Amino acid sequence: MPLDPEIVKDLHRRMVRIRFFEEAAGRLFEANKMPGFIHLYVGQEAVAAGVSVALRDEDQISSTHRGHGHLVAKGGDLNKMMAELMGKATGYCNGKGGSMHICDLELNMLGANGIVGGGVPIAVGAGFANKYSGNETVSVVFFGDGSTNIGAFHEAANMAAALKLPVLFVCENNGYAEYTPREQSMAIKDVAERAGAYGMPSKIVDGMDAMAVFEATESALVSVRAGEGPYFLECKTYRYYNHHGIQNLGLSYRTDEEVEEWKGRDAIDAIEARMVADGVASEAEVEANRASIQAEVDEAIDFADSSPMPDPADLLDNVYSDAVSSDAVSSDAVNSEVRS
Amino acid sequence: MSGRELSYLQAFNEAMHQLMAEDDDVFVAGEDVAGKGGVFGSFVGLLDEFGERRMIDTPISEQAIVGLGIGAAVAGLRPVVDLMFMDFVLVSMDQIANQAAKLKYMFGGNASLPMTITTNGGAGLSAAAQHSQSLEAMLCHVPGLKVVMPATPYDCKGLMAASVREDNPVIFVKHKRMFGVKGEVPEELYEVPLGQAAITREGSDVTVIAYSRMASEALAAAATLADEGVDCEVIDLRTVQPLDIETIVASARKTNRIVVVHEAVRFGGLGAEIAAQIQEHAFDHLDAPVARVGAPFSPIPFSPALETAYVPSAERIAAEIRATMHRPAPGVTV
Repeated sequence: MPLDPEIVKDLHRRMVRIRFFEEAAGRLFEANKMPGFIHLYVGQEAVAAGVSVALRDEDQISSTHRGHGHLVAKGGDLNKMMAELMGKATGYCNGKGGSMHICDLELNMLGANGIVGGGVPIAVGAGFANKYSGNETVSVVFFGDGSTNIGAFHEAANMAAALKLPVLFVCENNGYAEYTPREQSMAIKDVAERAGAYGMPSKIVDGMDAMAVFEATESALVSVRAGEGPYFLECKTYRYYNHHGIQNLGLSYRTDEEVEEWKGRDAIDAIEARMVADGVASEAEVEANRASIQAEVDEAIDFADSSPMPDPADLLDNVYSDAVSSDAVSSDAVNSEVRS
Repeated sequence: MSGRELSYLQAFNEAMHQLMAEDDDVFVAGEDVAGKGGVFGSFVGLLDEFGERRMIDTPISEQAIVGLGIGAAVAGLRPVVDLMFMDFVLVSMDQIANQAAKLKYMFGGNASLPMTITTNGGAGLSAAAQHSQSLEAMLCHVPGLKVVMPATPYDCKGLMAASVREDNPVIFVKHKRMFGVKGEVPEELYEVPLGQAAITREGSDVTVIAYSRMASEALAAAATLADEGVDCEVIDLRTVQPLDIETIVASARKTNRIVVVHEAVRFGGLGAEIAAQIQEHAFDHLDAPVARVGAPFSPIPFSPALETAYVPSAERIAAEIRATMHRPAPGVTV
């Protein structure tokens, strides 16, 4: 049965929003307008879009160091995102978090995470809260193939299964743990095999096909919402850029041919071709959608550019919910420096 | 005061019953907390009263236990997660130090983390090197955490109430050798505020600063010294993060001599931080260097003969007080 055209358009819109935001962020990073690190999501858009279109607003998501795409897909505010990436006061975290700690609790996006695998136990905790509250809300955790080699993942996966918690595990298998190919860091080809060890049902899906990811997520969510415990979805996907930064070709840990081959299966190109072929949208409509998203991204850059930097007087805000002065001397030093 | 006596462990347990009764968002998750009621009996009776929904036996997975608490807290609950021994804090340190401690700050204040991690620290049970440690210094070094170490049944109940009602991650450390210690505990639920030390003995000659089990050893040493004509003031910190530096400094300015005591390894311990802050705030008031009593720089031994030599005692504290006062021990002529 063909997908509802509105869903196809939604998948397309979310993917393009991620792609354009990320490409713009990459260019700004290259131009030294962005401090810190940047881990671009470009290439993997079908996963974030496919999963998030299948979710309800109240469902939580937890993300990774490569997390911009997940927040954009959940409906993140591009202005606040771009401002946070630039370290501005108007950013999602008032410039305290940056790229790797971006979050939007109002959208039930529980945060990116700078520690590989670190977000998985937290997502399981959110799943516990859903079960405790007796609602039908699901906690979705995104993680890479690399994070399934860390203990926290295994503890959390086992815990979710043992306690039958409503958690959807979404593995974005892009074939590389930073610069190390999967076959060097695990002796199995499909990460989904690991789900079986915890008694968790799983499915492998083409992570370059947003419609396939959407359909797999929808069907996985049926059992998760019904209280039958966690489910594991492995999405085979690819990262166009380097682990860090904006370089893509000419790298030694993977071949340019491999990158080009995956780009030939680009999820956005594929869905646009389908939309036109199936009469979901004309080429002109697709182009107009792209243009309006580009305008939104351009506006986000302007917003971030013109936003103020955080005030150093706010440096010590939000360490705790209340004022703590265990180290009065250093706090005073910071404050007097700020005042002078 | 009711005059009713409870043990340190009973006081904790009563606090848990009352805290769970007053707030349905409070639940307990950890290893053997439900069916067994905790390996030391901290959570006995809670499963019968509150059921399996709120009392959760987990796999032996300390990272996932703390993560469960973090995620549930961010989602709006008020978790109590239990790590059986303080040594196991190290197994879950990423979740504690990189996640729980920093979420609020990293998210620009947009998250609240009302989670209490309960655990059991301290030596004295011949539990050896991996079940006896006092690791509070490393926890206090991480901004975002609060660390509570009660020394009496009254504080155990009141500090636990304050910890659970607190909107920050708290690590609540009971001392394993204190479980049977009895003291007056009111029946109703009350709070002992975090970050406020108690002056448990007023004195004018020297201040002894301690916490957890060493707070009672310090009182015993003070009683010995009183017989020798030395009037000790004793401060029980009760929480080590936040540190009540105001009470410490005021006492230093009054007595001019300080002995800091902890069961943890002396090197890099809280005593070093307290001594440093005292010299920053009260240097001109000091009549002697700030003295520190702590464990030697070694893992904790198993054999009672070795463990007794390792853990600071009232006798060692008394000796350090005499040294600070330039007093000889009784019967010793100089």
